[in-house]
Amino acid sequence: MILLDLAKRNIRLHWLRSLLAVVGIIIGVTAISSMGMLGNSLVLSISDSLTSVGDTIVVTPHVSAAAGSFGGSTAGLRITVRQVEEIRRAAGANLVIPIHTGAERITVGNEAKTAAIYAMDPADVPALLERDSGIYLRAGSGVMVGKKLAEDEDLKVGESLGIGTGEERVRIVGILKERGIGFDINPDYALVVPDTWFTARYGERDFDQVIIKVRNLDDIDPVKAAVDDQLNRREQVVNVLDTRKVLSTIIDAFNQISTFTTAIGGISLIVAGISILNVMLMSVTERTKEIGIMRSLGAKRGEVMRIFLSEALILGLLGSAIGGILSLAGGYLAVNVMLKSTKFLFEASTLVYILYGVSFGIVVSLLSGIYPAWKAAMMNPIEALRFE
Amino acid sequence: MTGTVPIIRLEDVTKIYPMPGGDVRALDHLSLDILPGEFIAIMGPSGSGKSTLLNLIGCLDVPTKGDVRVGGRSVKALADDDLTVLRRDHIGFVFQQFNLIPLLTVLENVEFPLILQRHARGGRERCEAVLRAVGLAPDLDTHRPTELSGGQQQRAAIARALVNDPEILLCDEPTGNLDSKTGDTIMALLADLNEQGKTIIVVTHDPRVAGHAGRTIRMVDGRVA
Repeated sequence: MILLDLAKRNIRLHWLRSLLAVVGIIIGVTAISSMGMLGNSLVLSISDSLTSVGDTIVVTPHVSAAAGSFGGSTAGLRITVRQVEEIRRAAGANLVIPIHTGAERITVGNEAKTAAIYAMDPADVPALLERDSGIYLRAGSGVMVGKKLAEDEDLKVGESLGIGTGEERVRIVGILKERGIGFDINPDYALVVPDTWFTARYGERDFDQVIIKVRNLDDIDPVKAAVDDQLNRREQVVNVLDTRKVLSTIIDAFNQISTFTTAIGGISLIVAGISILNVMLMSVTERTKEIGIMRSLGAKRGEVMRIFLSEALILGLLGSAIGGILSLAGGYLAVNVMLKSTKFLFEASTLVYILYGVSFGIVVSLLSGIYPAWKAAMMNPIEALRFE
Repeated sequence: MTGTVPIIRLEDVTKIYPMPGGDVRALDHLSLDILPGEFIAIMGPSGSGKSTLLNLIGCLDVPTKGDVRVGGRSVKALADDDLTVLRRDHIGFVFQQFNLIPLLTVLENVEFPLILQRHARGGRERCEAVLRAVGLAPDLDTHRPTELSGGQQQRAAIARALVNDPEILLCDEPTGNLDSKTGDTIMALLADLNEQGKTIIVVTHDPRVAGHAGRTIRMVDGRVA
């Protein structure tokens, strides 16, 4: 089509300013896509390191109940056996796992360090944690070790380690699978021990938290409400939260950060759009006489508009395509620098940001072309013909 | 004028341009009939309304009062797109400054109105035929307009004006930028086209140019003198 040829030739004639406008679009598209890719990789890597178990309700003591008395400490706050019974009633058929939490000095060979300890009924362990090697806890003695702790200290099933200053020997019966950061317990750097062994060593005491595993995800809200109703009737004694909600809150927060960085990329694209607007306005003014000629020869307003819109579209397509290719490199660089891993770069949900960037680039270019093209189309042919 | 239907008819046309310093009355109750096949010269001093008259006949503008009929069609009620189509299909323009589009080759310039009409390429033979008819050598077809002499450019412009086979050719000082010898050949070409049946209207200052015309209309202050 000769109208398209005209647009192409005009771009070639004014190659320098066209090139600058294209460079603007390239930078804008690259910025927006790379930022989007970085943000998405960030969200993916965060959600990957969090346990994404959605069937868990965590009940913990309510902090401000202790703050009620001046100088009160939260450390002594526990959930009593009676409260656990109330929780069991509220949870109905769902599994309720009360947990003691502590920290203790452990010795491996000559080395000593501190590790978290979680104590629970051995029968409940398989419902909560996965085994990597060895066997699950049995009543009596023996501990399971978190994957990261086992790796760091080079611990194997069948070996033993010392606990406390007395260095009481306990045997490792199993290693847990890596679980990631959780909202209930974080066993990756911890020991998991039988509750009977724990109370025998530290004395009978109340629980630090209670985990409810629901069988059916639809039970989460009613169970939460029931626990709340049972325990928090007069004043707030416990916090009840479900991991699904916490997880989605965190992911939402990172998504917002990602949106924000992408928006910054978007600003550079809008600047690029303004440079296209500028180039097109110059082009329209310079070609006023030509517009007059075309109109006198029988070019309709719509046809004049098409000539200038295709010019903007060509610039936009060119810049967006090159920007799309460059954003692969830009995204790789950004993700590599920020996350030290490009594991999540080639996910579809990450790569789709290239598509977003390219489409946004084309749309911005077209939008920038609309006003100049409209201006060209609405020119009075007689005045345009007189233009020198 | 023995009962022939005029191809152009101006009925009591007034054209007023609103200006900051007050309205300018470019045409003042002008009535005029032009018959098919006439060769008309419009003469008159600057500001007498020659160009306005040409713009109205060429459907580039519409009258403030009165009506212009081109080929029997009243322009008064036409929308911009309809006026444009009327120009495209029935009127050819020839300008003093040739006004070829610099980005297009000679052949493409001639092809341009044809493409606007048919919305497709494929009229190359027609364009070449018209270019030969106005006396341009084939080896000039692929040149850009700026590489041609003034006379050659004006021939290309006339070819462009003819390509859609319009009934009317409107020429605004067609020889104004040419030396007198070249100007004569262009006027001879226009006279030829008139012989072939085109209605030709030439605006000019030059009595020699007007000498080719069958009728001369003299304008003064927006009226026919």
